[in-house]
Amino acid sequence: MGERTVIPFGPQHPVLPEPIHIDLVVEDEHVVEAIPSFGFIHRGLEKLVEKKDFHEFTYVAERVCGICSYIHGMGYCQAVETVMNIQVPLRAKWLRSFWCELSRAHSHLLWAGLLADAFGFENLFMQCWRIRETVLDVIEETTGGRVIFGSAKIGGVRRDVDNDTLKRCAAKIAFAAVEFEELKKVFRDDYSVKQRLCGVGMLSRDDAWALGAVGPTLRGSGVRTDTRLEGYAAYGELKIEPIVETACDSYARCMVRMHEITQSFDLIQEIAARTPEGPVFEKPSGYPNGEYFARLEQPRGEVIYYVKGNGTKNLSRFRVRTPTFANIPPLLHMLQGCELADVGLIVLTIDPCISCAER
Amino acid sequence: MIPEQVIHEIEPAALRERTAAYRRDGWRLVQICSTTLDVFELSYSFTKDDRFEHLRLRLPLDGAQVASITGEYFGAFAYENEIHDLFGIRFDGLKLDYLGNFFKTSVSKPFATSMCVVTGGKANG
Repeated sequence: MGERTVIPFGPQHPVLPEPIHIDLVVEDEHVVEAIPSFGFIHRGLEKLVEKKDFHEFTYVAERVCGICSYIHGMGYCQAVETVMNIQVPLRAKWLRSFWCELSRAHSHLLWAGLLADAFGFENLFMQCWRIRETVLDVIEETTGGRVIFGSAKIGGVRRDVDNDTLKRCAAKIAFAAVEFEELKKVFRDDYSVKQRLCGVGMLSRDDAWALGAVGPTLRGSGVRTDTRLEGYAAYGELKIEPIVETACDSYARCMVRMHEITQSFDLIQEIAARTPEGPVFEKPSGYPNGEYFARLEQPRGEVIYYVKGNGTKNLSRFRVRTPTFANIPPLLHMLQGCELADVGLIVLTIDPCISCAER
Repeated sequence: MIPEQVIHEIEPAALRERTAAYRRDGWRLVQICSTTLDVFELSYSFTKDDRFEHLRLRLPLDGAQVASITGEYFGAFAYENEIHDLFGIRFDGLKLDYLGNFFKTSVSKPFATSMCVVTGGKANG
């Protein structure tokens, strides 16, 4: 047995877009224990709900994170709407699903680029982000924003998108989808990609479930689950088949995301073709009084929004349990026994979003 | 279809036993949430298949303390350390205890008081 050394990983590290610190206890080149530290950017956004009007708080919820901002805003709205028993118009539900799938596609493409960059495949990184630009252009065309959509609103959506624009955007996405299929082949078949990902960062099905993993991290370990199956927004009208891989390694988690991009592109086509006509907003009346746990599928996995109203304009509590927060215990498990050189890649395979986790 | 949410009100002393039962039956721990009212309200959420259930218990604001469920669900350490740092609730038997250093907050126990405790029909603040 070699001598044990503690190597600090982060909070500033080339593979980490955001700060997280992990103390790696290593023997020779093997990690035997990993102890994380958080809180470098904890903002206490949840506490603001006590000061902001529950309508205004939608803007705060959207700013929990810059990658999945729309779903944060929408999840908050959905929780409040359930408490207030608001019937969201059908067209608004379809538009919500449209933007959710754009969010998923651009988030996964961003992640794929970061992963490629982490294992030194610079050209792959650039191609991923080039295709992502098309998705961002569509987001900009339909919402006016590229990072913060500003389209979530209690009772529906803040803006309508005419059907011609939806179809035009769908055509752009169809073109991006064709290009992406070429890129997916590289992730699927390239020797160097497989060398770095196959058999690395193992997380068995039972461990993933017991440790509370969510999203692609859970589905990459062979668990068939996807919160969209519950049918929120327009998902009850769409055919969703969870993408599951059974290899339980980093490659499996990567391929889950690759297939989910294709799935999102397909869903965008379907939504653009089937979005019904009608209003996009139902004016709420009164104040929320009650509680609800809304459960949605973000790009990184299941997210929980808890709201508790007390019959006033301020909520008593807003809580977000983000997918990254749920994936931290599984990550520590994956790191145990890995090679020091693989730590960066394994951390990336949960697609960590620290600003979400430290909302 | 969005499943109905069931909230089981329990006494703090029954927490470990109820949690162990969920674990035995193959439920996944989804989250733990604390809310500051005139008491601390703790909600433990579990899911299995299309079911989504919650255990709910209440603790006094002063000296709040409850058993850790990290023996049943090790992943709960993240939630319990978070709640300890933000609300000041102590978890007995926590298997990975950061001793108040999980989140680096500038204010001690920032979520332990609420501006929204309802008094006379209106929220403060």
